[in-house]
Amino acid sequence: MVESDLSIFLLALLAGAIRVGTPFLFVSLGECLTEKGGRINLGLEGILVTGAMTGYAVSYLSGSPWLGVLAAGGAGLCLGLVHGVICSLPRVNDIAFGIALILFGTGLAFFLGKDFIQPSAPMLPSIPLGGWSDDTRVRSALNVNVLFFIGVALALVLHWGLRGTRWGLVLRLVGDHEDSAQALGYRPAGVRIVATGVGGFLAGVGGAYLSLYYPGSWNEGLSSGQGLMAVALVIFARWQPINCLWAALLFGAAGAVGPALQAIGIGWGYYLFNAIPYVLTLAVMVITCRPDRTLSGAPGELSLNR
Amino acid sequence: MRALKLETIGASKTFGTFRALDKVSLTVRAGTVHALLGENGAGKSTLVKGLVGYSPLDEGNILVDDREYAVRLPRDAHGLGIGMVYQHFTVAPGLTVAENLVLARGDLPARIHWKAERERLSAFMDGMPFKLDPDRPVAALAAGEKQKLEILKQLYLDRRLIILDEPTSVLTPQEADEVLGLMRDLAHDGQVSVLMITHKFREVTAFADDVTVLRKGALVGSCKVADTSPEALAEWMMGRSDDRTVAGERPPVDPDRGPALEVAGLEVNNDKGVRAVHGASFVVRPGEILGVAGISGNGQRELTEALLGQRKREAGAVRVHGEPYHASRREMLDRGVHSLPEEPLRNASVASMSVAENLALRSFDQAPIRRQGWRVSRRVIREQARGLIERFQVTPPDPDRPIGTLSGGNVQRAVLARELTEEVRVLIVSNPVFGLDFASVAMIHQRLMDARNRGAAVLLLSEDLDELLELADRILVIHDGELVFEAPAGRADRAELGAHMAGGGERAAS
Repeated sequence: MVESDLSIFLLALLAGAIRVGTPFLFVSLGECLTEKGGRINLGLEGILVTGAMTGYAVSYLSGSPWLGVLAAGGAGLCLGLVHGVICSLPRVNDIAFGIALILFGTGLAFFLGKDFIQPSAPMLPSIPLGGWSDDTRVRSALNVNVLFFIGVALALVLHWGLRGTRWGLVLRLVGDHEDSAQALGYRPAGVRIVATGVGGFLAGVGGAYLSLYYPGSWNEGLSSGQGLMAVALVIFARWQPINCLWAALLFGAAGAVGPALQAIGIGWGYYLFNAIPYVLTLAVMVITCRPDRTLSGAPGELSLNR
Repeated sequence: MRALKLETIGASKTFGTFRALDKVSLTVRAGTVHALLGENGAGKSTLVKGLVGYSPLDEGNILVDDREYAVRLPRDAHGLGIGMVYQHFTVAPGLTVAENLVLARGDLPARIHWKAERERLSAFMDGMPFKLDPDRPVAALAAGEKQKLEILKQLYLDRRLIILDEPTSVLTPQEADEVLGLMRDLAHDGQVSVLMITHKFREVTAFADDVTVLRKGALVGSCKVADTSPEALAEWMMGRSDDRTVAGERPPVDPDRGPALEVAGLEVNNDKGVRAVHGASFVVRPGEILGVAGISGNGQRELTEALLGQRKREAGAVRVHGEPYHASRREMLDRGVHSLPEEPLRNASVASMSVAENLALRSFDQAPIRRQGWRVSRRVIREQARGLIERFQVTPPDPDRPIGTLSGGNVQRAVLARELTEEVRVLIVSNPVFGLDFASVAMIHQRLMDARNRGAAVLLLSEDLDELLELADRILVIHDGELVFEAPAGRADRAELGAHMAGGGERAAS
């Protein structure tokens, strides 16, 4: 009995890691891309919420959740480009503007999203990987959303692309040493604007996942800081896309501890366990950011590094 | 011949009302090494930045192989086959050697075929007189290797004229000779022409064919190196003969007096948490200058910061006048510990505060500036500042100006004024004259010597061997965080010190 409880718990944890971790994966890949170019976009939190609202609204109005995902990405792209362009102006601090963008993005989403709290939009489909099992719990746990696989593929593509393409190398150069990039005739501002824009697109898609799959509705408390946690997650992942995948699963698992315990009948401390991702974020920050050393692997132009 | 001939006619550049470059004409003959000599602020950098399109010239013509071209952007210069190796490295430390080289190519395909690129790189490296492992991250290279990578990068790009901006400032004497000798051989072989900015006469006489001297933005003279002498060049450069030697008596160090500064088994980590100083132990006696020689980045910065209280010590003890010392403000004041860290604008002053306020940073919480136990008298701060500004010739002599708006030499003078007015018993100095003009250098050296002669124990960390040989009583060599060699300055040999700075001493011993 104890053993089956444990296996149910672990199964629920794994399923939860994937389910809760997917938006983390998208947002952290977006942030990773942005930071590789030497900028931090804290505004991804606002972009995530805007993406969630846009995705839900477009899915409801058009009837196609995939159109919703694209629209969410498009909204994220726009906000990301705004961040990229404004931070390219002289004496604009990317952290300060990122905080402004959090407020702007969430405010905009709340304002425009009021009408979409009640109606229900078509959801994103998932792939049943548990067909072989008779156990309904196994089957429901192995229902994995298509976006997760897209995210995994994206992590692999980014991992390769940062080394194997001109674009990836130029992005890393710009993020690592601006003077070198300029000496070689590259324009750091342009590269960063594009990277921030694409990063925003990914965060928007992450938002659409929140509203169109899990938890699967649009409301104002949807994101609960996941966009900000992604910044810690990228540091934890040492700016490597593949590590972002593992880190996203870890954060997802941390967020799934409460529901997984509930699945085996442990109901106490549900809200306490839901706080685990935040504790994890704090722990990551305390462990990795010490005053007497800089982070290894961090892009050299990052403002957190200087 | 692949090498280019480059000519400028009437090159000029103005920043606001300041004429940085005034009608300079010079010719770099094809297949030669041409030295561009001048003090800081003479316009050397302005000229070459114009030549490579980094900051285009206002007036003047640029002729390449006797044809005139417009150079408005770096791309224009690259198209002509002109490349530049900057004084500060322009290779990305987070990328590998191969990635840095490949990125330098202008025609990089969207998808990089690493196999083909590697073959190209290794074929290229085979034809080069020095090699680097393409898979090493640049952050792991020594300064000399980075400099070689910069040069390899220019050659990989098929540049036919290479401009070197103070190429040897971060190299050991041996590395400098190797790199410059290589450039000269390539030039005489007809592969490239070289325009080299420097202020070291030795490099001009040993490696250059022609030399051009700039002063205050204007051309003073241009001739073959064989037709001139260092004395003549010095006079061209400064309008008078070089007078850097420190005047006055130099009383011997009294060996019976107890050490003022003792460091035992000091261990310090760098920013990455890696041990940067290993078991440093030394003593400095009153009335002695102990020099620490080494190439940049061998633990000098960490050592200085640990002694000044800017960095945590992992292990070891520091004693001043026999008592343990932790670099608290109280201890500094009571025991007369003062410092002149490198980059004084960053490490020893607050850029946005006025000169007067910066001059009071050591004394604002003491009488007479502190009144009634808590009030700070701005009047006394300004009076004190006026006196110090006059004594140390800080220009402009305005106590209310933010110190960040002063030139490097004047910031250093102001910091020196603050640190040397109180009774100095221990003085910790790091690269005090880096990037300063001759007048400031002479003045600062004289003040350090005066402090020594008044009985201060001076620890002088410097990357400039000439400075150490001139000022120090004893010289230690730091390499890779370890103090590997010690010699009395009077009997120190440049070549021997250089070998230890490069880490060669250990190899010879083992």
